[in-house]
Amino acid sequence: MPGVVINMRGLFDRIRIFLRILLPSAVLFVAAVANAVAGPYEDALPGLTTDSYSDTAAALDQVSGSGSDLAAPLLQALKDQRLQFSAVEKKVLIKTADGKLLDAATGQPFAGTPPADLSNVRLNNRLRNLLDAALGSLTLMAADPNKRYDAAQSVFKSRDAATMPVLEKALAAEQNARVKAALMQAKAAIVVVTADAPAADKVAAIAVLRDRGDQDAMALLQTIPANAPPDVLAAVTEAKANIERNLALWGTVQNLWYGLSLGSVLLLAAIGLAITFGVMGVINMAHGEMVMLGAYTTFVVQEVIRTRYPGLFDYSLTIALPLAFVVAGAVGIAIERSVIRFLYGRPLETLLATWGISLVLQQAVRAAFGPTNKEVGNPSWMSGAFDLGGILITYNRLWIIVFTGIVFAALLGMLRFTRLGLEMRAVTQNRSMAAAVGIRTARIDALTFGLGSGIAGIAGVALSQIDNVSPNLGQGYIIDSFMVVVFGGVGNLWGTLVGALTLGIANKFLEPFAGAVLGKIAVLVFIILFIQKRPRGMFALKGRAIEA
Amino acid sequence: MTSHPLIRMLDRGSTLFLVLLGAFAIAIPVLNLLVPATSSLHVSTYLVALLGKYICYGLLALSIDLIWGYVGILSLGHGAFFALGGYAMGMYLMRQIGTRGVYADPILPDFMVFLNWKELPFFWYGFQNFGYAMFMVLFVPGLLAFVFGWFAFRSRVTGVYLSIITQALTYALLLGFFRNNFGFGGNNGLTDFKDILGFNIQADTTRNALLVISCLALGLCFLICRAIVTSKFGKVLVAIRDAEARTRFMGYRVESYKLFVFTVSACMAGVAGALYVPQVGIINPSEFAPANSIEAVIWVAVGGRGTLIGPVLGAFVVNYTKTFFTTGLLAPYWLFVLGGLFIGTTLFLPRGIVGAWAHWRAGVKEKSEAKRSAEAEDGMLPTRGSPSTQPGAAE
Repeated sequence: MPGVVINMRGLFDRIRIFLRILLPSAVLFVAAVANAVAGPYEDALPGLTTDSYSDTAAALDQVSGSGSDLAAPLLQALKDQRLQFSAVEKKVLIKTADGKLLDAATGQPFAGTPPADLSNVRLNNRLRNLLDAALGSLTLMAADPNKRYDAAQSVFKSRDAATMPVLEKALAAEQNARVKAALMQAKAAIVVVTADAPAADKVAAIAVLRDRGDQDAMALLQTIPANAPPDVLAAVTEAKANIERNLALWGTVQNLWYGLSLGSVLLLAAIGLAITFGVMGVINMAHGEMVMLGAYTTFVVQEVIRTRYPGLFDYSLTIALPLAFVVAGAVGIAIERSVIRFLYGRPLETLLATWGISLVLQQAVRAAFGPTNKEVGNPSWMSGAFDLGGILITYNRLWIIVFTGIVFAALLGMLRFTRLGLEMRAVTQNRSMAAAVGIRTARIDALTFGLGSGIAGIAGVALSQIDNVSPNLGQGYIIDSFMVVVFGGVGNLWGTLVGALTLGIANKFLEPFAGAVLGKIAVLVFIILFIQKRPRGMFALKGRAIEA
Repeated sequence: MTSHPLIRMLDRGSTLFLVLLGAFAIAIPVLNLLVPATSSLHVSTYLVALLGKYICYGLLALSIDLIWGYVGILSLGHGAFFALGGYAMGMYLMRQIGTRGVYADPILPDFMVFLNWKELPFFWYGFQNFGYAMFMVLFVPGLLAFVFGWFAFRSRVTGVYLSIITQALTYALLLGFFRNNFGFGGNNGLTDFKDILGFNIQADTTRNALLVISCLALGLCFLICRAIVTSKFGKVLVAIRDAEARTRFMGYRVESYKLFVFTVSACMAGVAGALYVPQVGIINPSEFAPANSIEAVIWVAVGGRGTLIGPVLGAFVVNYTKTFFTTGLLAPYWLFVLGGLFIGTTLFLPRGIVGAWAHWRAGVKEKSEAKRSAEAEDGMLPTRGSPSTQPGAAE
């Protein structure tokens, strides 16, 4: 008997859709027809007036299956706690956002005096879930394809057999291939969990799930009991193997993506360090603090924009980038002129002095901005994410990779094509020879240090988007940056690139096996062993001047 | 002839240092235990523990000076050897707690019971034995230094590369010891110690005894360092520091020299850590933090590297300043002071306190000699800026 009812209902709905397509302006007329017939929607309404959860649930079910145009507003009102009832007059009323009352049965403004015993239809958690599923199935028919897609996904998750008729209906009407596939999957999900569905349907449904090929599909296939018909079980086994292969592939892609993302962050943080180390032979322990200064510059820029020019928020990073470069670069040049230039030829002492500078800078920022994390917002074009195959790609990571690429290319071009770049390369290769042919090495040192620090500053702008902005920001990256430089070798930017990406990807591939911490230890141990083999890194400069 | 090396070993500065250290080791316990608390000369037990801690820091600084001041190896990971020695002592002390722990398990320390471990991990075996634990205090840091140094020196990793790698070493250990399943108490480390060799660890007498033992260890290690640096072996070390390639070409096996001194230094750091733990009552992974190791280097720089006495002095001065700043209202300024010390010492006091003083003394002597004999005009004072003008021992 229930099947017959459903079919009847489906037939009725199909007529209504037909009418709606033919007569888009005649909605009221159709509603009037529906009223005249007193369809399941109207029958359901009294169930809402008894103030009993189970009656409400039954009514909800009926309303969502009715296909009436009034169903969606009613359910939405119920969800927003705007649906009121009167037990005495057996009336259900919708209170609009501006306080007016509508008759739920007709959708027309309610005329006459409101009943005295009007109160909200109450909800519990089970009802809320039902309501969400019902609303989801109703939006399967929405005009916006994205909404329909989301609705199909939510049906896939809920696997509520009650939505089957609506689903069938939506599937028949669907034109968009992407949404159609999602609807097919939703339907397959329901078929797979329905115990009494025919075996042939199940096999077809399993094939659909296999093509979906993700963790959710896998979870669904796990629910099929072992006593299912043999052809179903065979399909399940095949589908599972297929999905597992698929998942492994996407897992690898995902690790690569995360590794690339981590690697580009490392590259941004390390590249300035590599330049200063290459040209001047000094390790700048305050490099991480330059990154921190860049991040705090972003914070200040955003604060100013927030209070003065809120409309410019999307441009905050564009404004912060040159500022961070200038701020960090200026601090870098100041450090070089006031401390480091007195320590040339004493690299170990430079290391200690710059460590001292890093402590002072950290404490200064702590004193100025407080020790707590500062909130730096993502502009709209950096927030959000999209799916690419089986992995989720967030925009901020994507932009950072793009940005790193741009910085790297710009730096490479600068080193190759500008006079400063030429002189920097000359000093890197042989300082005394460069000085002998007339390069002012002291000036190159100062500019190099400024450039390296400036790049650290813009790295800080990027890191402010994915990490906490605190006085300790730089400390978290400094050891990893050193490892990149040691691993990649100095004097060649490609070494830094390969070093950063290798370490980033190696870290991410080790994490699933060894856990984050052990993975990191493994990478550190690997580097310690690696530099036994190549004490000057992968891309070492050759020549006599290096040993000195 | 037999007395010759001894005399060379104990020049005036060293004798003075040892005498002062001895006087210190006698005076502090006397002032703490025998002088009544009402007297203004009384030294509080808090101060005894604090001074004991400083002595351990002094020993750590001495061990760093041996390799940095005399061989030119700047280790930014010596805190790792210190902490490993500390952990070895901590493991002994943990096993001594026995059934007095919160969970009263006769074998397992509290944190293992808490983690629901059923039996002692193999690397904890034997630590109930004091002798074995003391052996491990020397052996574990020594072994790590030997293996690490064997790899590093053989492939000629030098200068800042070596510094960075030692920093990575201690950082890796930091990450490891933070993990609960490493079997060393994770984040909380080892603490709640009860007794050491049957003596209550909180008792005043035990604290004084530990102070005296620390002074003895410092004096002994000082003598070992003096013996090393004043011998012919020590001269080769200085040669390696000043011109490594040249020393190698003269036929010395540079890496063997470095490896030996690095291992000895690590063992000394381990001893310092082992003496430190019972006096502060806790050892946790934060001792592995790279910042700690770098801070220890600045003690050496402030006191004067290549002087052996300087590092101990530096450890006292810097740590006293630290205690002074961090226990009062001035706490937010401590990092400015520490940072300023790093910058100021390297820029203005590259020889450290002791080195600058010795240099000044030598200058004065030279001037008076120059007055007497008119011929000595110039050439004796080392020129500024050349990296090889190390202060050298004050002899």
